[in-house]
Amino acid sequence: MHTGIDSPPRVWWLPLHGAERIWVTVAFAWCLVLFAMMPLWQLKGQQNPSGIRHKVEPTRYYQRVQEFIKQYQVGEEAGFPIVAPPPGSDVYLLAQMWKWTPILKLQKGVEYTLHLSALDVNHGFNLNPVNINFQVVPGYDYGLKIVPNAAGDFRIVCDEFCGIGHHTMVGKVIIVDSAAAPVAAPGGAP
Amino acid sequence: MTAATAPADFRTCPRTNLKIHAAADALIKANAVAATVALLIGGIAAILVLLTRWQAVHLLPADWFYRILTIHGMSMLIFFIIFFEMAILYFASAVVLNSRVATPRLGWVAFALMVLGALMTEATMWTGHADVLFTSYVPLQATSWFYLGVILFAVGALVVVFIFFGTLVVAKRERTYQGSVPLVTFGALTAAIIAFITLAHGAAIYIPTYLWSLGLMKVDPEVYRMVWWGLGHASQQINVAAMVSVWYLLGALTIGSVVLNEKVSRGAFALYILFISMASAHHLLVDPGLGSAWKIWNTSYFMYMAVLASMVHGFTVPAGLEVGQRARGLTKGMFEWLRKAPWGDPGFSAMIFSIVVFGFVGGITGVTFGTEQINIIAHNTLRIPGHFHATVVSGTALAFMGLTYYVIPLIFRRRIAFYSLAKIQPWLFAIGMLIFSLMMTFAGTFGVPRRHWDITFSGAPFDVQFNPAVNLVIGLMALGGLMAAVGGGIYILVTVWSVFFGERLPAGPLTGHGLPPGIATPPQPIPPGDHPKKATGTLVLVFVFLAAFIAYYFINWKLLSVVWRIG
Repeated sequence: MHTGIDSPPRVWWLPLHGAERIWVTVAFAWCLVLFAMMPLWQLKGQQNPSGIRHKVEPTRYYQRVQEFIKQYQVGEEAGFPIVAPPPGSDVYLLAQMWKWTPILKLQKGVEYTLHLSALDVNHGFNLNPVNINFQVVPGYDYGLKIVPNAAGDFRIVCDEFCGIGHHTMVGKVIIVDSAAAPVAAPGGAP
Repeated sequence: MTAATAPADFRTCPRTNLKIHAAADALIKANAVAATVALLIGGIAAILVLLTRWQAVHLLPADWFYRILTIHGMSMLIFFIIFFEMAILYFASAVVLNSRVATPRLGWVAFALMVLGALMTEATMWTGHADVLFTSYVPLQATSWFYLGVILFAVGALVVVFIFFGTLVVAKRERTYQGSVPLVTFGALTAAIIAFITLAHGAAIYIPTYLWSLGLMKVDPEVYRMVWWGLGHASQQINVAAMVSVWYLLGALTIGSVVLNEKVSRGAFALYILFISMASAHHLLVDPGLGSAWKIWNTSYFMYMAVLASMVHGFTVPAGLEVGQRARGLTKGMFEWLRKAPWGDPGFSAMIFSIVVFGFVGGITGVTFGTEQINIIAHNTLRIPGHFHATVVSGTALAFMGLTYYVIPLIFRRRIAFYSLAKIQPWLFAIGMLIFSLMMTFAGTFGVPRRHWDITFSGAPFDVQFNPAVNLVIGLMALGGLMAAVGGGIYILVTVWSVFFGERLPAGPLTGHGLPPGIATPPQPIPPGDHPKKATGTLVLVFVFLAAFIAYYFINWKLLSVVWRIG
């Protein structure tokens, strides 16, 4: 028998002994389970980060968000427009130093396509208190089909460092029960 | 024989009988000292960061918090750990193989480059010209000198990697060892190969970024993230390979543990090399630039084959301890071999804690958070630093600390000062870091963001209320962190004092105070005869590990399944 700082005996390509064989086999099987879970969740699970992805000029995205606000704005809070798009629509959220625009008003149990992109640097979408996180990268539009499952007031915290005002970058999402939801008609003004 | 190989340039180690080249001695010392200086800077930064994130204290203002956090990351993850690994590369090639260093002069040039690069980078950070955090994500910009400093440091490290390869060739040609290289050298070789791959990624991203900072070209933010993490995460696999080599090394030095099966251990190291650069994907799982097939394939390191490698080492290292101990007569029951191990030897305790915390906390959380979908509830929360403080701090740094208690007597040839403090140091550091990383991970479960100055969000347009448990958890995290800081402080005190003011060891046998048992009373040679390779105790322990792994993994799928539908 030799240690790790000795040169091994001339022939060291030897079969595994009992306990070693057991562990390597079990560990290998577990690795396959770990691997299988991801494609399986793509098929059967309800939370996947796949999304719709394409490149977008940051200024072009900024304009798209402004159009979106104009189209569906229903109010204002703390200087931010509140936007209530109809069920099934595309929802645009803009991250920039150091704010999330606009405030979103969505219905519980309804699907939207949430678009995330940034105007300047990397930001991080962290929905509180649900704990959903996505990277928001300038130049890339990340469209995620979302279905809110509870009514209430939610916050978007920025969880990627984006400069000195990073900690003040908090946005808001309001989820209402579908029945009670006042929704702006397309093109409607507040 | 050339002048460089004259016997006068060599001394014989009284503990291992290895022939040590004077240049190897000197280069190991220089790199180890530089590593310790970086650790001191990074450690002070760590305490300042901790005392700011602990909202009850909230020490630093916002600008200095991000500045010090940048310094903490760079000083620890780049400067401390890579300087130490350079020392390990010289040790595992020249010392373990009884060889001369291939090109000592180039070794000093590389060292000078690394010191220059480190100083340049530190200067830009301390003067507030590089408040971009460790990752320096484009388009957040630092001064060009910051990127140039990193490039110089990396070039220096790359040169040392080549000197390592060169020394292996020299040793082979000059027949300084018989047969295959020892396992520790093989492990260091994998670390060196991974370092080469990693540093190539580093060049591929820092050189364009340097040019970008000069206004000469554009860098796409998503491409930056992908290639940068080819450096940022793959470099953690240098740490893993180096750490596992140190486990085998400390096992040999402290209790004369054996290598059960060279094929298995070497095969596991080879798996690291093959799949490690795929780790970049771990950071891009909830990014807009890449599709699910790419994410799943890469984040799994080719169906978790690199995870398999760590699970194999997690078995073979303790099993090697067990079989070695049993062969020396500690055969009673399942765990006599472990109970009667030298727990007072700081090299031994550091190794065991390194294995346990790396595996149970770092490994399990890492695989779980690196799962494509589970990353949705982990990305950029405190769960991520919770994970890597368990791998790179409790795992790698702690293993390196344990090794230091052997480097001081064997390479610096000094007695360890304040030996009774040194004995408890790994305990304090390991338990502190364990509490710290568990609590940090736990806080992240509530969605608390990482890299954040103020989770009371002062000045924000809307208030944010975390679960009330968060305050308590962050408080416990701070206590664990402070305990680890005391452990880290003792390490620096003992190391610096021993190296600069410690008692020199006389020539001849190593006895007396200030020496770990693995040196003062080396493990007995294994009595001749046939020894069964019985590792039942280890087998029980690894199945406990597997149970914890399975439980944590599926609990996280459960946590994920209750959030909003996302697709």
